[in-house]
Amino acid sequence: MGKVIVVTSGKGGVGKTTSSAALGAALAQNGDKVVVVDFDVGLRNLDLIMGAERRVVYDLVNVIQGEAKLTQALIRDKRLETLYLLPASQTRDKDNLTSEGVEMVISALKKAFDWVICDSPAGIERGATLAMRHADIAIVVTNPEVSSVRDSDRIIGLLDSKTLKAESGERMEKHLLLTRYDPVRAQRGDMLKVDDVLEILSIPLLGIIPESMDVLRASNLGSPITLADGKSVPAMAYFDAARRLKGETLPVTVPGEKRGFFGKIFGRKAA
Amino acid sequence: MNLFRSFFRSPSAPSARERLQVLLAHERASFGDSDLVNKLRDEILAVIAKHIQVDGDKVSVKMERGAQVSTLAVDIEIPFETTKKAA
Repeated sequence: MGKVIVVTSGKGGVGKTTSSAALGAALAQNGDKVVVVDFDVGLRNLDLIMGAERRVVYDLVNVIQGEAKLTQALIRDKRLETLYLLPASQTRDKDNLTSEGVEMVISALKKAFDWVICDSPAGIERGATLAMRHADIAIVVTNPEVSSVRDSDRIIGLLDSKTLKAESGERMEKHLLLTRYDPVRAQRGDMLKVDDVLEILSIPLLGIIPESMDVLRASNLGSPITLADGKSVPAMAYFDAARRLKGETLPVTVPGEKRGFFGKIFGRKAA
Repeated sequence: MNLFRSFFRSPSAPSARERLQVLLAHERASFGDSDLVNKLRDEILAVIAKHIQVDGDKVSVKMERGAQVSTLAVDIEIPFETTKKAA
């Protein structure tokens, strides 16, 4: 049985889709079988970020409505054999997502894949609550910025109350992914510190992704950053995050903080 | 000039942190409608409405949420005739 991850945030534009694609690819590059599911019905974008926008025939809503089989709707990545995408519908709205339909799709995917990554839409409405409903693990994507942290706090509350795990009295495993971290602003003292965000949200840190041109370039190219430029700083951070998801304990590097002599030499390899 | 300004400007991150901590402490507490300050505001207004007709424009409610202490100030204009009628 595979594990179901929800990538969520509350606030829009913090990097949910970018992170879903990057983590999905990173896990698949490691040989795991991964499917990334776009839950943003009406405003799909995961297909574009993963470079599969011209290959979408059927989508999640088609499968839920019984108009297509799951295997017909899944799109295999051209670069990675073990990476798949299940796109959202662009023409219908979120009301087409039914609780039973989503449950059916997720349980079928769990049987076939090691990881089912659900890319949540922004907000706290139907699409977002259904994306988190069946999750085993939640990745809360947060920017070091007041409105994003507030929304993340709200989302953590929902993860602890409205998910199947929470309702059956189990603890939802939650991780914080701090994205769009700007070392220059951090140094000036004009950005919330990593420790501040961790203290406020009090969930463990999965990784820190710096705001980077490399990430923007990767989206332009339609390739997850871990595939587009695997040696870039954000890609390394996503690879580390993927390893932590698999249970490894690795030290987290804060972007822009000076590395020691050994760090400089071994930093890239070890990180 | 820009360099000069940024040199003397104090960092904004500590203020972001403090504002968030206070806000979230209240938002977490208010989950399930148990926020005391909100409750007090509603109940006080309900009690007053029982005795006089409250004019929405003549009521000012101010709330100040702090880390340790919150204050609630309810300021109501009570016109003379209304009090007479109610009594």
